Amino acid sequence: MLMFVVRRLLASIPVLIGITAILFVMLNVVPGDPVALMMKEHASPDVIARVRAQMHLDDPIIVRYFSFLWNALQGNMGISIKLNRPVTNLIAGAFPNTLMLAAAAALVSWVIGIPAGIISAVRRDTVVDHLFMGFSLVGVSMPIFWSALLFQYVFAMQLKWLPVAGFYGPKYLILPAIVLGWSSAGVIARLTRSSLLEVMRHDYIRTARAKGLREGLVITRHALKNAMIPVVTIMAIQVASLLSGAVITEAIFGIPGVGRISVDAIQSRDMPLLQGSVLFATVLVILGNLVADILYSVLDPRIRSQMRKGGAS
Amino acid sequence: MTVTASSPEVIAEPSLLREGIAAFARNRVALVGLAFIVVLVVVALFIPWISHHDPYRVALDEQFLPPSLTYWLGTDNFGRDVLTRILYGARISLLVGTLPSLISLVIGAALGILSGYVGGKTDAIIMRLADMMIAFPSLLLAMVVMYTLGANLLNIFIALALVGWASVARVVRSETLALKGKEFIEAARANGTSRLTTMVKHIFPNVIPTLIVLFSLSIPDAIMWESSLSFLGVGVQPPEASWGLLVAKGKEYLLQAPIVAIAPGIAILLTVLAFNFIGDGLRDALDPSMKD
Repeated sequence: MLMFVVRRLLASIPVLIGITAILFVMLNVVPGDPVALMMKEHASPDVIARVRAQMHLDDPIIVRYFSFLWNALQGNMGISIKLNRPVTNLIAGAFPNTLMLAAAAALVSWVIGIPAGIISAVRRDTVVDHLFMGFSLVGVSMPIFWSALLFQYVFAMQLKWLPVAGFYGPKYLILPAIVLGWSSAGVIARLTRSSLLEVMRHDYIRTARAKGLREGLVITRHALKNAMIPVVTIMAIQVASLLSGAVITEAIFGIPGVGRISVDAIQSRDMPLLQGSVLFATVLVILGNLVADILYSVLDPRIRSQMRKGGAS
Repeated sequence: MTVTASSPEVIAEPSLLREGIAAFARNRVALVGLAFIVVLVVVALFIPWISHHDPYRVALDEQFLPPSLTYWLGTDNFGRDVLTRILYGARISLLVGTLPSLISLVIGAALGILSGYVGGKTDAIIMRLADMMIAFPSLLLAMVVMYTLGANLLNIFIALALVGWASVARVVRSETLALKGKEFIEAARANGTSRLTTMVKHIFPNVIPTLIVLFSLSIPDAIMWESSLSFLGVGVQPPEASWGLLVAKGKEYLLQAPIVAIAPGIAILLTVLAFNFIGDGLRDALDPSMKD
């Protein structure tokens, strides 16, 4: 088991290096001078030259890449041009907010998605099933920025139950969490349903029924255990993508999280900040995939035994 | 497609395709989706002749008019007809939905077949590259591309194609690996067919059904990404009307005239739903093994 984790960890290192390289090249081939672009007409050539030197923008790109990588490994991702503060500190300050939002959204999506998926599978091809699956399809087909506006309009502006935007306490987290959670509840519901239906076809379920077990027990005690394996795996990936992908939700609801930082950085053309926040989000996604892989092998004894034989990689 | 004696599977394909079309035609939900998209495409193409409103004309004395017979969905902050602007926006959304998906499909199919068929180092390099692109959070990657290249329509194509090819390549590669072991490929090789010809003439026709499914399923994603980018201000720029941009602009007047922001969102929702219906229908008809 430990060998597997170590191997998976090692395998993600080249991916990470490759991603940082792609990201770095993309951000550093911007046509025009990033410093001049950002400062617009306010800065004199002297100032621009000084900032360029400070940022080592005149060094060859390969030198800059490796010094960026080396510094990033030590937790130093440069200074935000606009806010004049270390990027690492800005991200560290914003991350707890993103974490809270992602956790709340994940909770919403599980609380809605898993029961909906189970009910749909058990009541397969009934009105309830069609209704739930229809809802989940609508959920995944709605752009988040639009459902956010809709919720803001109805629950904050018209009914005045909740604040429109801002971040001054748990109350401010409710709408964004529902908006973000609902969109992934659809994915969870569909996956839970198809996974449960798949498991219900197996012989051991027929055996359980044949020995006279009540249908409720067959499902909770036998079917769900196996059906939830892929769902739990997706949940790990989903949390990571919520952490990195709360960009739009944070922007609309004015939550000062990591996603908001990257949007602000793009708008103010703050390259170090954009680089840092995107890198951070990407590392989270890679870690999420890693956790998902490990969870999958921990939960599924078949994969575990395969690994012992050296079958899986 | 040439049909040669050495490839029995290729001979069998046309009837498989016909079966697929028949199965698709039996799927009522998918047909509803298809009908919606056909109507939308026709209206978007002929909108200058259908609507007598100018989507760009500013008439400040006609701000935020409620829906009426002249303005079916009312007017926006510049007194422009909301429905006309949504239908002009459909042109961009449909274009962005299909063209980048097509580009990433071509790139993904070529690299996927190459990777699966040639194997070895080529395979390793292409697949590691695909791993990286997949590990990137898609929206952020697209945002970075737009930041680098600048916000305009062409760059949205590039950003979305960059985001999309990797998952296509992965699926096509595994299909290719499965096909590679089949007898008709071995027969082609034994006949002295070159590797390139084998890939183009024997493997490619057999991954077409998968490609069609992947294409139809990637269109809604592309529409969503374009509208998200435009909403965040790094996509289509005003005065052009893309759906995401219309929602973003309408958001500022949500209290005065909610319909200005809500209506284009409904257009996105319906279009994405329709493409999802078509995609699911095609998947069930052409490639049942991909189901969930």
